[in-house]
Amino acid sequence: MSVILILILASLFMALVFLAGFFWAVRSGQFEDTNTPSMRILFDERMPEPGTEPAKHETPKKKISAD
Amino acid sequence: MHVLAETTLIEPTLAGESDRTSRTAERAACFHCGLPCLDSSFTSGPKSFCCNGCLTVHDILSSNGLGFFYELTAAPGIKQKSKPRHEQWRYLDEPRLRQKLLDYTDDKQSRVTFYLPAIHCIACVWLLENLFRLHPGVARSSVNFQKREASIQFAPDKIKLSEIAVLLTSIGYEPTLTLGELEKSTTKPPKKRQWLQIGVAGFAFGNIMLFSLPTYFGLDSLSAPIFKNIFSWLSLVIALPVLFFSASDYWKSAWVSIRQRVLTLDVPIAAGLAALYLQSTYAVILGRGEYYLDSMTGLIFFLLCGRMFQQKTHERLAFDRDYKSFFPLSVTRRSGDREEQASISQLSVGDTIVVRNGELVPADARLISGAALIDYSFVTGESEPIAKVEGDYLYAGGKQIGPAIEMQTVKAVSQSYLTSLWNHETFQKDRDDNLNTLTNRYSRRFTMIVVVIAIGSALFWTVTGDWPRGLKAFTSVLIVACPCALALAAPFTLGTTQRLLGRLKVFLKNALVLERMARVDTIVFDKTGTLTANSDKVSFSNTSLTSTEENWIASLTRQSTHPHSVRITESLSEKCTFLPVKRFTEAPGYGLEGEVQGHTVWIGSRAWLKKHNADSTTAGAANGNSVHVAIDGQYRGAFTLSSALRPDTENLLRKLTAHYEIALLSGDNERERERFLHLFGSTPNLNFNQSPLDKLGFIKRLQESGKVVMMVGDGLNDAGALKQSEVGVAVVENVGTFSPASDVILSATAVPQLYMILSLARRSAWIVRTSFLVSACYNLIGVSIAAAGWLSPLVCAVLMPASSISVVVFACGMSLWAARRTLGKVEVTQ
Repeated sequence: MSVILILILASLFMALVFLAGFFWAVRSGQFEDTNTPSMRILFDERMPEPGTEPAKHETPKKKISAD
Repeated sequence: MHVLAETTLIEPTLAGESDRTSRTAERAACFHCGLPCLDSSFTSGPKSFCCNGCLTVHDILSSNGLGFFYELTAAPGIKQKSKPRHEQWRYLDEPRLRQKLLDYTDDKQSRVTFYLPAIHCIACVWLLENLFRLHPGVARSSVNFQKREASIQFAPDKIKLSEIAVLLTSIGYEPTLTLGELEKSTTKPPKKRQWLQIGVAGFAFGNIMLFSLPTYFGLDSLSAPIFKNIFSWLSLVIALPVLFFSASDYWKSAWVSIRQRVLTLDVPIAAGLAALYLQSTYAVILGRGEYYLDSMTGLIFFLLCGRMFQQKTHERLAFDRDYKSFFPLSVTRRSGDREEQASISQLSVGDTIVVRNGELVPADARLISGAALIDYSFVTGESEPIAKVEGDYLYAGGKQIGPAIEMQTVKAVSQSYLTSLWNHETFQKDRDDNLNTLTNRYSRRFTMIVVVIAIGSALFWTVTGDWPRGLKAFTSVLIVACPCALALAAPFTLGTTQRLLGRLKVFLKNALVLERMARVDTIVFDKTGTLTANSDKVSFSNTSLTSTEENWIASLTRQSTHPHSVRITESLSEKCTFLPVKRFTEAPGYGLEGEVQGHTVWIGSRAWLKKHNADSTTAGAANGNSVHVAIDGQYRGAFTLSSALRPDTENLLRKLTAHYEIALLSGDNERERERFLHLFGSTPNLNFNQSPLDKLGFIKRLQESGKVVMMVGDGLNDAGALKQSEVGVAVVENVGTFSPASDVILSATAVPQLYMILSLARRSAWIVRTSFLVSACYNLIGVSIAAAGWLSPLVCAVLMPASSISVVVFACGMSLWAARRTLGKVEVTQ
């Protein structure tokens, strides 16, 4: 029967960990702006370091013309 | 405004004019901002740009490795209005002002949040978050897209605040700094705390329910008694933070209403909580009886969820702005020969200030020099800009159109004609509308009934000799009648409707506004900007113009920033080719003159044409805004600019007159009385020449005669009326731009739907009442069981969530159905 006690404590501990995670998420401001992060995920990571040759971004893929 | 600025940037080049004329049909789009390139001289490789500003930004970005900006969206840039001037922002470095603007600062790092209205797409977010690549002093920046804000961390020893503003302006994101900025509260919104409260309540609810499972199924006797003990003590401990942290707001507001001797719904909630916890503590400590901690935590969890649902806020919008958010933070002050930027708070009476095209007059002042043409449409409701001459008195809030003018301030900013409106008593008190809500009116009766039943049943069992049962019945009634369902009906009904209205671009300050909207019986309209659109209808009368002549006229008007010229240019620009103009002159208040392709063109007032001996006698009666045209000394006719009614206004007013009393309240003159006479029903109530204070008084008089008034307006001059009325509706052309303090922010496109919005509000109020009935039924069942003394944790654990959830489902479902029926034609489901 004492194994149930351990299980209870373990489950309570797990729940507390999740609660702490939730507290961290709220405190770090993740619930304040729920819109911008969804845009941020679309940005490419392949950014050149500042100061290096930007040539590969010089030619855009899309061509814009009026016709 | 940017249309005005644009024209000053583009210098028509004389070279190659004739062949360009033939090619204009296929104008290339600017690679940076997407606007058509009227000029082919700005190119970089195969890309063409509309102006030097756009080309410069493109060069800055691509030479700093930020060319990816153009890959995220096609032509994501913003047209450059003017070259950023460092002097313009220098006032930001003044220590006192700087201190107020910075969110945080120490020796190594500072943080500032700028409102950048130009943020409009994903590429903007990316660019602004890569700001550090443009300047080593910027550490990091993050954008809040909804609020159009960028928060920037920087090293104050490497980059000054003014330099950040210049940097942002140079890539097209000019910060908007208003006087209101200085007063932004440093206290964080309570939203974080509310999320934490929900989290704690949810955690406790889930765990205690698990611990209570044995009790639900009566397993106590089968399992070892030690478990019951451990479980109950654990529950008691876990429920404590819920009681003191999660429910703290209910305790506070219950205490406030008891002190004010008003029965709000929070009183029975607090009583129920107390009964639940005390009963449970008693049961746990003495080891007998049942505990209801699962119900208690669940109750709080549901209540908090309801509150969060109701508190949908529109982050982009501010409902409490006053003139301070409209007025700029700085003005150009002239002392001797020097011009300096001074913050408005430093402005004192007698200062000489310079106001440029598109800038505001910050305080009541006297014109010293320059041709003033002041647009007061937002301040007084007059739709026409007014020409002023030297020595004239200028009211604060007007916008100068045309060349720079100089003036001397006569009054302090806060004491000016318009701004003194905010010293009126209406603005001193906060309207307390929480007490008179539907929920609270019902809860008064509800609380009375519950208390009577509780005492009644206790007395009944005591009299019959079973007093322990009487005590149990007393607490049980309080426990089970805890008005969870009652408290959830309004938040979910009104919250759902508020969300649906948001899709129509109707934004409510809070969900309770709907209840007040349902009670409205009188609607007062402002004219300019509310019933009429700010963009005018341009039509040409008398003779018809050939397309060549139209080209000449458009080329001439394009050179001018007078609002009439701008509107004429706009109306012609679709089909026209712009040609170079020689010998262009503009006589402020009169008109334009210039030579196009060898022909002399005069555009302007009748007097202007007369001066040039162009006979305009053939012109019809002048009705307000005519712009006359003569070519080579020959009168050709006149453009008529009329402020057009918004589409469908006649239809809307007809529907409204059938059910509401309506009135017109305009700051403009009586010129258009005739036009509105037939629109406002059989006994039209039209009021013109109303000052901001008159408007406020008008609403007050209506209210004193027992009316519930809704005011629909748009300008600062309506601010008093909007505040005084039960429901103040501010109409905006672009959502997110300045609007005076109000309860509802209505996009101009939604004005024709006003009638439907009002009927939806009435339906929502009806749904709330019906939901009360549903929850009353549940309470009847629960209270009967409790009064009989049969309440058990299982009954409680089933009844409470069942009633709450079914009320929520009912409220949301009915609101959706009502919205679909009412707004059927306008797409509700997207």
